[in-house]
Amino acid sequence: MAHADSALQPRDPAALPRLALTVLVLALLWPGFSLTEFDPAVLIDGRSRETMGKFVSTFFPLETSPGFLQLVARSTLETLAIATAGTVLAMLLAAPCALVITRSLSISRIGPGPGYWLGRILRLPARFAMMFFRSIPEIVWALLFVRAVGLGPAAGVLAIGVTYGGMLGKVYSEILESNDARPAAALLETGSGRTAAFFYGLWPVALPELVSYTVYRWECAVRASVIMGFVGAGGLGLQMELSMRMLNGGEISTILLVFLLLVMLADAVSAILRKVTA
Amino acid sequence: MKLDLERVSLEYPNGVRAINQVSCGIDRSERVAIIGPSGAGKTTLLRLLATALRPTAGTLTVLGADPWRASRGELRRLRGRIGMVHQAPPIPPRQRVVTAVLAGRLGQWPAWRSLASLVYPLDMPGAERMLARMEIADKLFERCDQLSGGQLQRVGVARVLYQQPDLILTDEPVSAVDPALSDRIIGELNREAIERGVTLVASLHAVDLALHWFPRVIGVKGGEIAFDLPPVRISDAMLRELYASEMAQVPTQGYQPFETMVPGVRRKPVYF
Repeated sequence: MAHADSALQPRDPAALPRLALTVLVLALLWPGFSLTEFDPAVLIDGRSRETMGKFVSTFFPLETSPGFLQLVARSTLETLAIATAGTVLAMLLAAPCALVITRSLSISRIGPGPGYWLGRILRLPARFAMMFFRSIPEIVWALLFVRAVGLGPAAGVLAIGVTYGGMLGKVYSEILESNDARPAAALLETGSGRTAAFFYGLWPVALPELVSYTVYRWECAVRASVIMGFVGAGGLGLQMELSMRMLNGGEISTILLVFLLLVMLADAVSAILRKVTA
Repeated sequence: MKLDLERVSLEYPNGVRAINQVSCGIDRSERVAIIGPSGAGKTTLLRLLATALRPTAGTLTVLGADPWRASRGELRRLRGRIGMVHQAPPIPPRQRVVTAVLAGRLGQWPAWRSLASLVYPLDMPGAERMLARMEIADKLFERCDQLSGGQLQRVGVARVLYQQPDLILTDEPVSAVDPALSDRIIGELNREAIERGVTLVASLHAVDLALHWFPRVIGVKGGEIAFDLPPVRISDAMLRELYASEMAQVPTQGYQPFETMVPGVRRKPVYF
C-alpha cells in the first residue's frame, strides 16, 4: 500500500493536452454530422425501427428459384467480364503513361546529352491526361459511352478502362518512384534503353506492389460495374436495379450475397498473387 | 581509346565542390588505383569517368570521345562500353542471378533481345562462365536475396565481366568482403583488363590492395590529386600525409598496421 497516499503517485503530464486535443477533434467533427442531419437517435426510435425491420425482413428468405439463380449466374459472369476487361484496358492505358511519367527512368536526369527533349515534352501531357481521365467519375463516363456504343456491357468496359486507367497510371508511377531506383539508374548508366532498364531494374523491385494494387482496383471495378449497371451498362447492377424496382427483397439479398462472395474471391486472388510474386 | 581530364571540376547543386580542377590522363589498357580518405572525391571522380555526372567545368574525354558533346545515340553506345562495379551492387533482390549477370549486355543488345531474354535466358552458358570465374557458378538460378553480401558483390563483378566493357570502373568493390576474397576479386578484374587490353580504374579503401595489384596509384584528397605515381615511388610519409586528416593509421585489409608489412611485398605490382 505504498501508493495509497495520492500525493506520492506520479501524474501523467500528457493527460491534459490529450484531453484538450480530443475535445478539439470532437468539436471540429460535430458540424459535419449536423450538416448532414445525422442523428443516431432516429435509428433507435420506435417507428423507424419498425419500418427498417419491415424492409430488412423482406430480404428473407433469399430468392433461390432456379430461374433467378441462373439469371444471377449469368449476370455475375457478365459483371466479372466487365470488371476484368475494364481493368485490362485500364492497365494498357496506364502502363505506357506510367513509364513516360516515372522520373526514375528518365535518361535526361542522369545527363542531358543533346536530344533528350522528347521525354520532357511527353511527360506533361501524359500527366495531364491521367488527371483528366480519373477526375471524371466512372458513372459519368458510363453515361457518355452508353450514348456512344449503346446500352450494354461495352459501355461499362470503356468507362472502367478510362477512369481506372487514370488512377492506375498515377499510382503505378508513384509506386515506381517510391521504390529503389538505383538498379534502373545503374543500367541506364551502362547504356541500357529505357524499356530494358524498366524490366531489368524496376519491374522486379516493384512487381508485388503493382500486382496488389491492380487486384484491389479490379475489386473496385467489380463494385463499380454494379453501379454502372444502373445506368444501363449491364451485369449484376442491371439485375439489382430490376429487383429494387420490383421491391423484391429476396432477390436483392441474393445479389448482395454474390457481391460478398466476389469480394472474398478478389481477396483470395490478391493473396495468392502476392505470395507468387513475393 | 583513352581517358583525359583537363582542369575538370564538379560542383554539386548544394555548392559542395567535390572535384577541383583535376587534370590527368589514363592510356588504354592502363590499370590505375585511386586511394584517399572518405569524402576525398573518389566516387565522384569515377562517376565523372562513367559519364553519370557532367563536369561543371573543364573538358572530359572518355574512350576518345567527349560524352557531353555526343548525340543521344552516341552517348548511349559510349555508356554501353563502360562497366561499373558498385560498392553496393544495384541488383533487385527478387532478380535471379542469371538475369542480373545477363543485364550487363543491355547496352549492347537491341530491345527485343533484352525482353526475350527475360522470357527465357538467352545466354546461360555465358553467364555461368563469368560466375565460375567468381567461384559461384552453382548460384546461377538462385534469387539474389538468397545470397550473402560477398556472393552478391561477386554477382556484380560477374555482370561487368559479362558486359566486356572497354573501360572497367570499380567503386570500392571489396569494402564489404574478407581479405582472401578481396584478393580474388581484384585479381580477376586485373586479369580481365590485361587479357582484353582494356582500361581498369579502381577506387580502393585498402591501401595495401592498391599498392599490391596496380602499376599506377593516384592519391586523391580534398577533390584534388595529391600524387600520381607507381607504387615503388610512394613513400610511407606520403600515405600518412594523404590520410592525416581522417585517422591515426593508413587503412589496410583486416586493419593490420601498415608499417608492419614487408615493404618489398607491398610495393610490387603483379604482372601476369
